[in-house]
Amino acid sequence: MATNIEQLTKTASQVRRDILRMVHACQSGHPGGSLGCTDFLVALYFDIMNHRTDFSMDGNGEDLFFLSNGHISPVFYSVLARSGYFDVTELATFRKLNSRLQGHPTTHEHLPGVRMASGSLGQGLSVAIGGALTKKLNGDASLVFSLHGDGEIQEGQIWEAAMYASANKVDNLIATIDVNGQQIDGSTEQVLSLGNLKAKWEAFGWDVLEMNGNDMTDVIRGLNLAKTKTSKGRPVLILMQTEMGNGVDFMMHSHKWHGIAPNDEQLANALGQLEETLGDY
Amino acid sequence: MKKYTYTEKKDTRSGFGAGLLEASKKNKDVVALCADLTGSLKMDAFQKEFPERFFQVGIAEANMIGIAAGMTIGGKIPFTGTFANFSTGRVYDQIRQSVAYSDKNVKICASHAGITLGEDGATHQILEDIGLMKMLPGMTVINPCDYNQTKAATLAIAEHEGPVYLRFGRPTVPVFTDPDQKFEIGKAWMVNEGTDVSIFATGHLVWKAIEAGEKLAEMGINAEIINIHTIKPLDEKAILTSVAKTGCVVSAEEHNRIGGLGDSIAQVLAQHLPSPQEYVAVNDSFGESGTPDQLMEKYGLSSDAIVKAVQKVLARKKAGN
Repeated sequence: MATNIEQLTKTASQVRRDILRMVHACQSGHPGGSLGCTDFLVALYFDIMNHRTDFSMDGNGEDLFFLSNGHISPVFYSVLARSGYFDVTELATFRKLNSRLQGHPTTHEHLPGVRMASGSLGQGLSVAIGGALTKKLNGDASLVFSLHGDGEIQEGQIWEAAMYASANKVDNLIATIDVNGQQIDGSTEQVLSLGNLKAKWEAFGWDVLEMNGNDMTDVIRGLNLAKTKTSKGRPVLILMQTEMGNGVDFMMHSHKWHGIAPNDEQLANALGQLEETLGDY
Repeated sequence: MKKYTYTEKKDTRSGFGAGLLEASKKNKDVVALCADLTGSLKMDAFQKEFPERFFQVGIAEANMIGIAAGMTIGGKIPFTGTFANFSTGRVYDQIRQSVAYSDKNVKICASHAGITLGEDGATHQILEDIGLMKMLPGMTVINPCDYNQTKAATLAIAEHEGPVYLRFGRPTVPVFTDPDQKFEIGKAWMVNEGTDVSIFATGHLVWKAIEAGEKLAEMGINAEIINIHTIKPLDEKAILTSVAKTGCVVSAEEHNRIGGLGDSIAQVLAQHLPSPQEYVAVNDSFGESGTPDQLMEKYGLSSDAIVKAVQKVLARKKAGN
């Protein structure tokens, strides 16, 4: 199927609306990083990945995705629903009592599309490596994708996993870091500088690519290029530049919207900037 | 007192190694991961037989737990191996989120548990691991008592769906259980039927309880000895049936008295059958360097300590408190 950038961009607009409405409805959650990673997740689920929406935990014969920075659950849930894993009306239950859409993703409530709980940071790369190793053992040529926050890589386990993946040639894995330069207490530069990310990951033996995570054309280019780099003896890393809060003017250029919800007026303002393309849930 | 004898001493970790190899021959989905302690965990036979199913992760336990959790997706049954301290306390959050909360079929296999790790001292001697693991919803916790039971338990957990913590040790201890036993998770083993006191023992303390039972028999005390190899799910029925008969309890474990088997039993009794109970366990302290035997003696984990606890609890029973 040919990639339709226009259609993907329209889907992303709807997903951004979903994110804002979900977070607004429960007055909690993490809109900033969700908005920044919307184009990436839409590209993955609507174009790049070979996946089935009749969900099976084992995922044999299909590509897998692991969200390691689980706090951007709104974008994950919206993309799963919009691609058919469950009904979009369920998005209205986000973060509410008795919901399958927990504040952070979990397998515990059996939400189709989620294969691993995440929220406590730094664990998803190891999990993705495990998924990739099992695919190799099973002779399954599908790929494993993962997404991580840039602040998240301050966790030590990420670097244990980084070392393991290259030493053991886990080359059916494409990990992406959302480089938005922001974390709860401020910029990553202020909180704990990440240094030269490209040099660090290359020193750890990864094949490192870069892309603009808020330009759908570049996201598709970057992910397709990453796929060509698999099966060559090295794990693949994408440094994805994004803008936290992308798509809503007053949410960009700040860490302020990492973990707070818009009020009624702010929601109206934000929705006015995003076309309703697929119908609100 | 039923007679138990042994002709050899073996370490329980070797029972794990033998069980892992056998389980792997039966089921091609069994895989093993180790954090630079292959020899200590007795995983070398598995590594040799199934090199493509063995994953050396280096000194990176958090990564090992995460990889194991991920490997279940697609149907593998991962067994992780390192010391008990590094299997639990060091990676608690990884186990909590990626294994327990995610309902992953990972078998966390932990050697060198308790103070019988010996000379390396308290940095490596965890006495809190049973408590840590049993508090996790959905986690099965097993602490077998000898080589044969550890081997049987290893085979059983390979066939059990769900996360398991399997705890075993370093020193050689008497081999006294049936080599062909069928291990039933959550089903206590009646070691000796008695009427005066219920001794519930786990791990290395089961043999100590048998020794104590013989000493008690000479004193005219008829002790019921039950091996609680599965601390979670606990065989509440076996506990309540026994205590209904004997009216008093001694629990015995190589673990902190806080949070271990004794507390699990006390919780059941408090709810259903309040009864005098004495603990044979480490009294809320860290261990230290020494030989396993010296440490068991110093920290009150001997057969004599069990005898004293029985005498104390019998006096309490008689006095009605």
